[in-house]
This record gives sequence, C-alpha cells and structure tokens, in this order.
Amino acid sequence: MNDIWTMMWKESKDLLFQGGWRASIRPLLLIGIMGIYLPLQFGLQWLALSPIELFVILWIPFSVIISFIGDAIAGERERHTLETLLASRISDRAILLGKVVVTVGYAWGMALGGLLLGLILVNLFRGNGGGWMFYHPFDLFLEALALSLLTCLLGASAGVLVSLRTSTVRQAQQILGIGTVVLVFGGISALQALPANFVASLTYSQFLLLVMAVIAVLDAILLGVSLVSFRRSRLILS
Amino acid sequence: MPEPIIHIEHLSRFFGTVKAVDDLSLEVPAGIVFGFLGPNGAGKTTTIHLLLGLLEPTTGQARILGFDTRTQADAIRARSGALLEFAGLYERMSAQDNLDFYGRIYQMPAPDRRARIKELLTHLELWDRRRDQVSTWSRGMKQKLAVARTLLHHPPLVFLDEPTAGFDPIAAAALREDLASLVAREGVTVFLTTHNLTEAEKLCAQVGVIRQGKLVTVGAPDELRARTGGPQAEIVGRGFTEQMLATLRERPEVAHAELHNSHLLLELRGESKMGPLVGLLVQAGAEVEEVRRGKASLEDVFLTLMEEEQR
Repeated sequence: MNDIWTMMWKESKDLLFQGGWRASIRPLLLIGIMGIYLPLQFGLQWLALSPIELFVILWIPFSVIISFIGDAIAGERERHTLETLLASRISDRAILLGKVVVTVGYAWGMALGGLLLGLILVNLFRGNGGGWMFYHPFDLFLEALALSLLTCLLGASAGVLVSLRTSTVRQAQQILGIGTVVLVFGGISALQALPANFVASLTYSQFLLLVMAVIAVLDAILLGVSLVSFRRSRLILS
Repeated sequence: MPEPIIHIEHLSRFFGTVKAVDDLSLEVPAGIVFGFLGPNGAGKTTTIHLLLGLLEPTTGQARILGFDTRTQADAIRARSGALLEFAGLYERMSAQDNLDFYGRIYQMPAPDRRARIKELLTHLELWDRRRDQVSTWSRGMKQKLAVARTLLHHPPLVFLDEPTAGFDPIAAAALREDLASLVAREGVTVFLTTHNLTEAEKLCAQVGVIRQGKLVTVGAPDELRARTGGPQAEIVGRGFTEQMLATLRERPEVAHAELHNSHLLLELRGESKMGPLVGLLVQAGAEVEEVRRGKASLEDVFLTLMEEEQR
C-alpha cells in the first residue's frame, strides 16, 4: 500500500501539478464549464439531472482520462525514466495502480468539484428564496456519480493497457481516440441489440445499474489484463 | 572466505540468434569498483539487466548479494542502486523531489530521507539548486543528481552503466572525480560498465573485458598488463638499423622490438635494466637522445585483447 501512495505522490507531482501555472488552466477550465457556465445557462434545471447533464457528468471526466492516461507508461518510456523505475524495488502493481488512481482521482475529482460549484451557484442565483435545493432525484445523482467513476476507471484501465504496449504517448493517444469511438458505437449497438421488451421493463435507475454492472466487469477485466501484461522483462526491452 | 557480492555462473542471454551474453562466469568481491569493459554492443547493458533481474537468462544463473536473479530479483533491486543508460530523472520535478521519490520507494523514513538528500546534494554542490526543475539543469548536473539517487538508500552494491558516456572530457573528469570520492566515502561495491579505458584505469580495482557477449579476461589492471604485455621502453635517437633490431630481439630481456620513425619501441620481460641495451645500441653506432620507460596502458591491453579475439 505504501508503494501505491509513493507512486501516487510522484504522479500527482510530475504529471498533473508540474509545468507552472499553465498546468492549472486545464482543470480550472473544465471546472468552469461544469461548475459555472452550464449551471448558469440551465438555472434550476441544472439540478434536475437532465440527460444532457448526465452526458456531461460522464463525458468530461472520461475525455480528461483519455487525454492523460496515454502518458502513463509510454510517457515514462519516452522520457527515459521507465528503465530506472523498473530497476528500483517498487512493485509492478504499485506503478500501475498508482498511475490509475491518480488519473481517475484527478478527472473524477474535477467532475465532483464542478458539480459542487454548480450546486452552490444555482442555489445562490435562483433568486426566488426557499430552502437549499440539491440534485434530484438523489438516487439518480448517486448512480450518475458511480457510473462516472466506473467510466473513468474504464478509460484508465484501457489507457494503461494501451500505454503499456505503445512506444510513444502520441501513438497511445491515437489508439485511445479510436478506441473511444469504437466503445461509444459498440455500446450503442449493444443496447440496441437488447430485446425491446426487456429494456422497456426496466426503470431508469435499473437501466443505469445494468450499465454500471457491465462497465464494472469490463473495468475488472481490463485492469486484470494490465496487471498481467506488466512484465519488467518485456518493458525493459521495449 | 566471504561470498562474492556478484557470483555469475555460465550466464547466457540470447535474443533469437544473437548471443548478447554468452556463457559468462564471473565473481566480484565486495568493496571494490569492478569495471566491465567492452566495445559498443558487447553485452554490458544486457549483463546489468540480467544481474538486476530485469531480464531472464536463457541459461545459467547469477547470485547478487546472495540472492538468485531469477527468483529473488525484488530483493536484489531493494538492496542495490542503478544508474542505467539514461539518467532517468523526472525533468518536470525538482531535484529534491526526484530524490524524495526514490527515498520513498526505498522506504526511508522522512527525517533520514531529508538528511540524506541534504548530505548528498551538499557533497555534490547541488544543494543550492535543489528546488529547481531538473529540466533547467546542465547534463553534468543531472548526471550527478542521478549518481546521488543511486546512492541515496545506502545500497551495498551499485550498477553504473557508462556514467560518463557522451560527456566532454572536462565534464567526464569532474563526474569521475565525484564518483570516486562518493564511492570511497560510502564504501559500496560498484559494477561499472564503460568503454572509456581511462575511466576504468582511474576507478577500477578489477576489470573484466567482454566482447560479443563473451568474457575475454578478468583481473586487476596491472595483472592484465602483465598478461598481455610487459613493461615498455621507448628509445629516441638516430641511426637505428635492422641489424641493431635483430640483435635486440635476441636478448632474453626483450620480448618485442620495432622501429617507428626514429623511435625504437621495446617490450621488455620483467623489470629489465635499460643500460646494457642502450650500451649495445651506442656501440653499434646509434645516436641515443632519450630513453623513456613506461607501462602498457589499459587501452593497449584492451586493444591487444580485442585483436587476439578477432584472430
């Protein structure tokens, strides 16, 4: 566990928060869209979790993950730091999980920050008095957050697997870009392939739970394959 | 007798038909700088990768610090330091954070880590710039920082893979000096690969020469000199003839004699006196201006070994 913390410490310093003031623009921009621009546009409707909002909650953190995670191993390889890391005592699992956790935490944390800011702004600006309003229905809000976390994990697990097998960050990002398109259309096709009466029998909440279960299984498979694929002898030769 | 810190038996690593390391057997005692010499592509880096357990050997085995490289690689990596082909520094992080990260990896408690970082950076005259991003540093400074990282957790053994490769002579000499002083101070065993023979000569108590994956020879630099050629002498003057050369070659103390321009080069057997040889030349009519004695450099030894292997 200590090793994972160590890796997370390094990742947060190296990947996300270094590079001067410009590095802070990216998260601020996204939090600004999710927490200021969209809530002010939608007003009270923002708290009612419309399909657009659900899409934003899922898509923005996922796209952040996809743009960052390609750097995980391919970036270390490109910057010639991987060999030294592999020659140290840190475990394979710690390297991999440390990178996944920080990237997921960064993207998902940004989404949470945006939602919290949006909640505060909408309540401050709604102007008609009354009590404090929260996202509703609340169970849907929780499901949307969980689904967002699982899609982040899906992007990170797939990304780290791609990053293990590519020699440059650019190559990893290209594959992940194409993979995202395949995933979206594959997901839509899979949903269309489900029997219509089965889908119609599900409540919105049950439908989300079903999607979450499928994504959770995919997460576990991809993360497992990444852990198995992380072989020092192969990485040192790549 | 204490177990050698590195014990290699018939170690081989093949990549397809290429024999990167071929039946290597070697022992390195504790507390010395061992130079692993060889031309580019000789198998030096692959050997380090095998010893760190980063690559599986095709055949043979190696024990490092008493641990088997196949089954106990984690234990080896926990107890050794490595500066490999690249410095391996995180350029967007500060020097202090780079060392701090590796200190955390090696599970050093925070106060020890801080004290050790200060000690090493001060010794290497980098302390004042510890908070700078590494990307702003010169190549020499980065390499010094990488050396500090290698020694950070007090490992009993460090692997240095061509630490001065690509440096200009002044920077290389400065880094060598820092390396020598640190190694002496820390008392670690160093496995140093290099194709820089001056470096090996200055730093190493023992050297092994590798060519095309095979160990050609191993021993102290002086032993190698003795094995591949005795003491040398150079006689500068005029009037040297083939007849004089023939006479010199018949002398028991002369192993080899040849004429280069007006320089007579002799390879001697043992610590022979030069007086009788010079006397012979003068008597035969040569005009001797200067006599210089010297030992074969490690470079001469290395080139001789490479030529012998090629034959």
